Amino acid sequence: MALPPPDPQFVLRGTSAAVHTLHFSCGGQEPDFPILFSGQSGFVHVWNLKTRRVETALDGHGRKSVYWVETMGAKDRLLSQGRDQRICLWDLAEGRTSVTDSVFTENVGFCRCSLLKVAQERWLMAMATKSLEEVQVLELPSKTSVCTLKPEVGAKLGMPMCLKLWQLDTGSQPWLLAGYEDGSVILWNLSMGKVWSQLVCHQEPVMSLDFDSEKAKGISGSSEKVLSIWSLNEQQNLQVYKTHELINSGISDITIRSDKKILATAGWDHRIRIFGWKKMKPLAVLDYHTATVHCVAFSDHRNPSERLLAAGSKDHRISVWSIYAQT
Amino acid sequence: CSLPGGSDCSVSFVSQVVGKVCVHGGQKDILGVLVPQLTELTQSDCIWQRICWRLVESVPDRWMEAVLLGFIQSAPGADALSRLLGNLVVKNKKAQFVMTQKLLLLQYGYTTAVLQNVLGYLSLDNLRRALLIKVLQELLETWGSSSAVRHSPVEQQLYISKAILICLSHLKEPEIESCRQELLTNMMAGVKCHLDSSLPQIRRLGMIVAESVSVKINTDGPVLKFQYEEDNETQELKSLLVQAPQHCVVPSLADNRNERAEAALPGELEAAEKPQTATQVVPEEESDTELDSDDDLVPYDMSEDKEIKSTKAPVYIRDCIEVLTGSDDVHKWDATIKALEGLIRKNPAATREVSVELAKILLHVEEKSCIEGFAVLRQKAQVAVLTTDPIPVAQYLTSQFYSLNYSLRQRMDILDVLVLAAQEMSSPKFYGKNKPSNAQKPCIQLLPESNSSKDWRKIVDERIKSKTRRFAKGRSQAETDAGPNKFNSVAGHFFFPLIQNFDRPLSTFDLLGEDHFVLGRLVHTLAILMYLAASAVVVTSMGKALLEFVWALRFHTDAYVRQGLLSCISSILLSVPAAHLLEDVAEALVETQCWLADVVEKDPDGDCRRLALQNLLLMENLKKKLETAPS
Repeated sequence: MALPPPDPQFVLRGTSAAVHTLHFSCGGQEPDFPILFSGQSGFVHVWNLKTRRVETALDGHGRKSVYWVETMGAKDRLLSQGRDQRICLWDLAEGRTSVTDSVFTENVGFCRCSLLKVAQERWLMAMATKSLEEVQVLELPSKTSVCTLKPEVGAKLGMPMCLKLWQLDTGSQPWLLAGYEDGSVILWNLSMGKVWSQLVCHQEPVMSLDFDSEKAKGISGSSEKVLSIWSLNEQQNLQVYKTHELINSGISDITIRSDKKILATAGWDHRIRIFGWKKMKPLAVLDYHTATVHCVAFSDHRNPSERLLAAGSKDHRISVWSIYAQT
Repeated sequence: CSLPGGSDCSVSFVSQVVGKVCVHGGQKDILGVLVPQLTELTQSDCIWQRICWRLVESVPDRWMEAVLLGFIQSAPGADALSRLLGNLVVKNKKAQFVMTQKLLLLQYGYTTAVLQNVLGYLSLDNLRRALLIKVLQELLETWGSSSAVRHSPVEQQLYISKAILICLSHLKEPEIESCRQELLTNMMAGVKCHLDSSLPQIRRLGMIVAESVSVKINTDGPVLKFQYEEDNETQELKSLLVQAPQHCVVPSLADNRNERAEAALPGELEAAEKPQTATQVVPEEESDTELDSDDDLVPYDMSEDKEIKSTKAPVYIRDCIEVLTGSDDVHKWDATIKALEGLIRKNPAATREVSVELAKILLHVEEKSCIEGFAVLRQKAQVAVLTTDPIPVAQYLTSQFYSLNYSLRQRMDILDVLVLAAQEMSSPKFYGKNKPSNAQKPCIQLLPESNSSKDWRKIVDERIKSKTRRFAKGRSQAETDAGPNKFNSVAGHFFFPLIQNFDRPLSTFDLLGEDHFVLGRLVHTLAILMYLAASAVVVTSMGKALLEFVWALRFHTDAYVRQGLLSCISSILLSVPAAHLLEDVAEALVETQCWLADVVEKDPDGDCRRLALQNLLLMENLKKKLETAPS
C-alpha cells in the first residue's frame, strides 16, 4: 500500500503577491543560517529558514515583478532580474542591502537568466536581450559580452523562453541550452557562437528546462501535456530520449536535484510532481497549492537529510517540503 | 475387387451389386474400396472413365440415390467426381433430382466438402453448368423466402448459405450477366427477411450472403457492406467464395474435424515458439532493473491525481435537474451527466423527493455532446434512481413502457434498467462489487439477446451448483456481507404492471404483432425478475400469472420469444416453493409438461429444445424432492 503523499514541512506566508522565483542558500559557511530567497511583485524576500520569517525585503526593481534570483557564490551576493528590464547585483553582507551594480537588458520578455561559474570569481550569465530572438552571454562581474547568439534569419524560433548554461567540468567549454517559443531546444556552442544542435521537442513554447551534464540528459516542459526528455550523443547532438505524458497540461518550472536522483515539476494544475530522474518514474504528486505553481527549487544543504524542496505559487504561498531526503 | 481384363463384359451386374449393397447401408465399405481405385484408374485412362460411367448409369433407379450419395461423399474432389460420374446428372432424372434438389434443399446434414463436390461437379462441364445456374436461383429463392427464414432451423439456413456461396464462386462473368437482375431481386428480398429475424446468427448469415452476392454482381460499383462481428463461422463462409485450385486432392475445407486438427497443429507450433521469445525478453528487462539503483525511492500514493475539470459538476440533485432540462452550457451538461450517478447514490433522501421527475428526464434525455459512454452513464443513473426509490419510479417506468410515442430503443432501455436495478437490489453485495456472472447482463449492447439467455442459464447452473455444494462442504467459503434483500418488497411493483397490458395493441406499439423483438426482450425480462424474486412474498402469485402468460404465448413463431418463455418456466420452477406449486397450479404444471415434451421433439430451434429439456429435468427433480421430503 503506497503511503499518502506527505504534507509540507512548513509553509511561508507573508509575501502578498504571487511568488515567481525561489533560490536556496543553505550550504554556506554558517550552517545555522539557511536562507531562501523569493522573488515576487516588487520585492525580493530573504527568508530565514530557522525562524521562518522574512529577514529583509529588497526593493530594487521599482515595485515590478522579480522573476529570477540567484546567488553569486556566497549568500551575500545576489543577482535579481525584474520586469523593469534590469538585472541587479546586490551586496547583502553584514546586513547591508544595496545594489552595487546593474545590467540593463532592455528585454521585455520573461526569460530567466542562467548563471554559471567558470572560474574563481568569474561567472557567465546568459540573458535575453532587446532583440527578441537573441541571447547574450555576459561575463560577470566585468559585464563584458562574451558572445551574442543570434539564430539564423528565417529560423522563426520566437523568443527564448528558458536558458541553461552548463559545462562538463569546471574549466571545460561552456555550452548553452535554450528553449524557444516554437517548442525547440537549441544547443549553442559558445566559443563559436553558433547553433550546434537543434531539436523540436514540443508543439507549444518550451516553458522550462533543466539539464544533467553528468548523464548528458535533459528535460523540458511546455504548456502541453508532455514532458520531453532528450539526451546528447557523442557528437553532442540532441536527440529525443523519451516523452512522459502528464495528466494535466502546463508546466512552469522543472528542476533536477543536485544529487541527480529526483526532479520536481511545477504545474499549472496547482500540483508539484516528483519523478525519479533515472527512469522518469513518477514518485509523488504534492497537492497543496490552490493556484498555479510558478517555481520549484531544491535546497543545497550539505547534510543530505536536511534537504528541502520549495515551491512558490500564485496563491502567495511558499510550501517547503522534505521529501526523499534520506537517500 | 478388380474387374476382369476382358474386352467385352457387362458392367450392369456390378452396378446391381453396388446398388444393392449401398441401399442396405454398406456404402462406406464397398465404395471405400471401389472409389479410390476407380479414381486412380480414371485419372488418365478414358476407357476406364467410360466403364465407370456405364457402371453408375446402370444402377437401377431405386438404388440410385444411395449409390450417388455414397460416391459424392467418398470422392476426393469435384474433378474426381466428374470423372467418375460423367454427365450422369444430365442423363438420369433420378440423379438430377437427388443432386440438385434433395441434397441441397431438402436435407442439410452434409459437410461442406460434400457441397463443394456437388457444386464443383456441376460446374465442370458446359452441359451441367445450366443446372448450376438453376440450382443457384432455387437456392436464392429458398434463402430469401420469409417463411423459410422464420421457420427453418439455423443449421439448415447455414447449409443453404454455404451452398449459395460456393455456387457464386463457380460462376463466370457471362453467366452472372445473364441472371444479374434476378439475383439482385432475390437478394434484396432475402436480406430484408434475414435482418428482421431476432436471432443474431440468422442476421449475420443474411449479411454475409448479401455482401457476397453484391460483390459478385457489381464488380465495379459500390458494394453492400455490413458491420458484424467476425468469428470462425464468418471466416469459413467468406473463404468459400474463393475457390481452391482444382487439383488438390484433399479439399481445403474438409470436415470440421480436419480443420480443427490443422488448426491445432499451427497452434501448437506457435505455442512452442512463444515461450522462447518470452524468455528472451525477460532477461533483458531483468538486466535493466539490476542497473536501477532508484529502487530505494518508493513512490507515494498518487491515486488522487486526477484531471482538473474546468467546470465543476453541480453538487445538489435539483441543480442537476436544472442543468439537464435547461442549460445550454455543454461543459456543465457533460460534468452533470458524469457526476449524476454518484450524487444520486450519496443523497438518497434528496433523490426520493424528485425521483419520478429525474426518471422522466433521464428517459428522455438525448446526447448533447459526444461524451464517451453516454448511454452507460445514463443507464447507471437510471438504475441508481430506481434503486433509491423503487416503488414510484417502477410505477412510472412500467406505465411508460406501454405508452404511446416511445421508440423501441426506449422501451428496451426501460426493461434493461428494471432488470439491472432488480439485480442490484437482490444481490447481497454492496453496489460497486459486481458478481462476475452478472457482469454481462443486458447492458447497452445491440446484440445481447441470445447472450442474455445463455448468461441466465449460467446463473441457474451456478445456483443449482451452489445449493448442492452447501450440503457437501458446509462453510468452506467466507460468508459475504449479508444485507437485506431489498428487491423482495418491491418485486410485485416491477413485475405485475409489465405483464398486465401485453395484449392491448397501441397505435405505435404492438407487442403481439410486428414488435415481436420487444416481446422477446419483455419475456426474458420477466424470466429474470421471476428468478430474482425467489424469496419475495408475492412469488407464488407472480408464478401463477407468469404461467398463464407463457401459456397464452407458447406457440409464438419467433424463436427468441419461445426461448424467453422457456426461461420463464425455469424461473418459475426454481423460484416458487415446490409446495406452493403443487397446491396452486398442479394442473397447469401437467399441461406445461406435455407442452415441454412436445417442444423437445418438434421445435425447429436447437436452443428451444435444450431449454425445454432442462425444464423437464427441473420438473423431475422437483417431483423427486417432494417425494423424498418428509411430509
